[in-house]
Amino acid sequence: MINTQYSNMNYNVNEKGYYGEFGGAYIPEMLYPNVEELRQNYLKVMAEESFQKEFHQLLKDYVGRPTPLYFAKRLSEKYNTKIYLKREDLCHTGAHKVNNTIGQILMAKRLGKTRIIAETGAGQHGVATATVCALMGLECIVFMGEVDIKRQAPNVARMKMLGAKVVPATSGSKTLKDATNEAIRDWINNPVDTHYIIGSVVGPHPYPDMVARFQSVISEEIKTQLKEKEGRENPDFVVACVGGGSNAAGAFYHYLDKPEVGIIAVEAAGKGIDTGESASTSVLGKVGIIHGSKTLLMQTADGQITEPYSISAGLDYPGVGPMHANLFASGRGEFISITDDEAMEAGLKLCKLEGIIPAIESSHALAIFENRKFKKNDVVVVNLSGRGDKDLDIYVNYFKL
Amino acid sequence: MKRIQNKLSENNKLLSIYFTAGYPKLDDTVEILQLLEKDGVDMIEIGLPFSDPLADGPTIQESSQVALKNGMTTEILFQQLKDIRKMVSIPLLIMGYFNPVLQFGVENFCKKCAEVGIDGLILPDLPLAEYEEHYAEIFKKYDLLNIFLITPQTSEERIRMIDTASEGFIYMVSSASVTGSSSGFGVSQQEYFKRVESLQLKNPQIVGFGINNSGTFQRATKHAKGAIIGSAFIKMLSEKGLAGISSFIKSIR
Repeated sequence: MINTQYSNMNYNVNEKGYYGEFGGAYIPEMLYPNVEELRQNYLKVMAEESFQKEFHQLLKDYVGRPTPLYFAKRLSEKYNTKIYLKREDLCHTGAHKVNNTIGQILMAKRLGKTRIIAETGAGQHGVATATVCALMGLECIVFMGEVDIKRQAPNVARMKMLGAKVVPATSGSKTLKDATNEAIRDWINNPVDTHYIIGSVVGPHPYPDMVARFQSVISEEIKTQLKEKEGRENPDFVVACVGGGSNAAGAFYHYLDKPEVGIIAVEAAGKGIDTGESASTSVLGKVGIIHGSKTLLMQTADGQITEPYSISAGLDYPGVGPMHANLFASGRGEFISITDDEAMEAGLKLCKLEGIIPAIESSHALAIFENRKFKKNDVVVVNLSGRGDKDLDIYVNYFKL
Repeated sequence: MKRIQNKLSENNKLLSIYFTAGYPKLDDTVEILQLLEKDGVDMIEIGLPFSDPLADGPTIQESSQVALKNGMTTEILFQQLKDIRKMVSIPLLIMGYFNPVLQFGVENFCKKCAEVGIDGLILPDLPLAEYEEHYAEIFKKYDLLNIFLITPQTSEERIRMIDTASEGFIYMVSSASVTGSSSGFGVSQQEYFKRVESLQLKNPQIVGFGINNSGTFQRATKHAKGAIIGSAFIKMLSEKGLAGISSFIKSIR
């Protein structure tokens, strides 16, 4: 089905750093020189031949790209459509996050930075950052909510083994949002030698665009791989889970302006959209400012940012990246919310049918097939953003295995 | 009403105090304002608490959390300030983050400020370009000054741009830090203050961040029009309560 309504629109960032009405750089003056330096240089640096060469070499030899596009035969039979899985779970460190940290560490080096900071929720981005810092021999400090440090002990251990310093965020709710605040405060305190590697398509411009470009290798590969397998570059649908939205941004990127490709973003409904324990930002959020970006976010009527909830720490963020806010507001993207229970069932189903243990984040994307029906000949690509090793305890306890 | 400009034209160095509205108790706002004026403070920044204060250190973060737990909202703050101009005549500014203002409605917020007699706003995460493109007219309509920040990393070109866009004063952040750090006022800060002084800007500068006693106040104001104390004042409030205000202010100068 071709939806021509969108064919003349552009879903990428404009020259002012906005996606429609979303984005911008709402930052205190203390951050201006750093963010401005990045804004003036990121496209130039990324266009350099030596950068491209080093980036792609590392993605190939270190990360293990291209990741396979796998036709999930038994899953397809069950849901009576053609389901392909983009295997980001097979990336080094276990998730797509490393695509971005490789890109940003190369950027940081070219900007002459010697100290790297990052925030992390579940610890996947923290591990991916600690990994590239070890690779490049740079100092690495990862901010992580005190609550998450307890919940995600294996990833804390990984970061420490890789030589990173893990600093607990003890303010506010002591989770991802607060870890991000602490990282920003650290950047304010260290304005000259430090680069902040944001882990998602959030934060002030140019971060959402820069991170989306580094992750866009996902949809670039899908195009080539699908051409080989199906004789066409474009699937009928591409599906990805959205917390901040970096894996989704990468999977959607080269299809944003292809109206014949349906874009499906899957959010975490937590215990249910109306339970007060949810992270369905598209449903529950209003336009506001979070972490330097104007976007949809969950907040009180008075503009205080509220705590989201999801069983999956990677989707437990009160906002979405401005690109996704615009996909939602413009109608270009179809947004579906999946509960904890639906995601857990879908995760177990993938284990049983395909022998793949997905991260609970990715299980949300897989869960849509129960209620969202596709035609038999539809080609549906699901971005399998991460592997489930980090979630084994949660799966085991949930299913009492 | 040119309370800020009139105050700036006085000859002395100005002492300005920041406190978080709704802290330590929800209804302390008016009494704190009155006590500060009585003790000779020249200007006050009333902090509108926010859940995620990016530019603030632990002291102001905690006071904001407590204020929100106490039930402080934008609506309640304006109710508390309803009759403030019958009691307090020094310049009053509201300092906060942009999101609560955005949710209240920028025009509605400015209108309320004008009604209760607020003279200016300091919204650190509302950038210059956004302000000029979307909000400057609204601020002018309600005769509100918008105060911008500069830091030791701000380029001369940008300082001049901010000076052009400013009326009233420029908030000179003393060092590369969040609020409440005690980096002291060493040689590099004195050089930075002198460098900005030598630019001969049309707006006077008031120094903020890191001022916590008489010594740092003296050093901060050597090359600037005044200084703002925030975290140190809040720390004092949490230890001694409102009863400690008078001796704290007297200890500064």
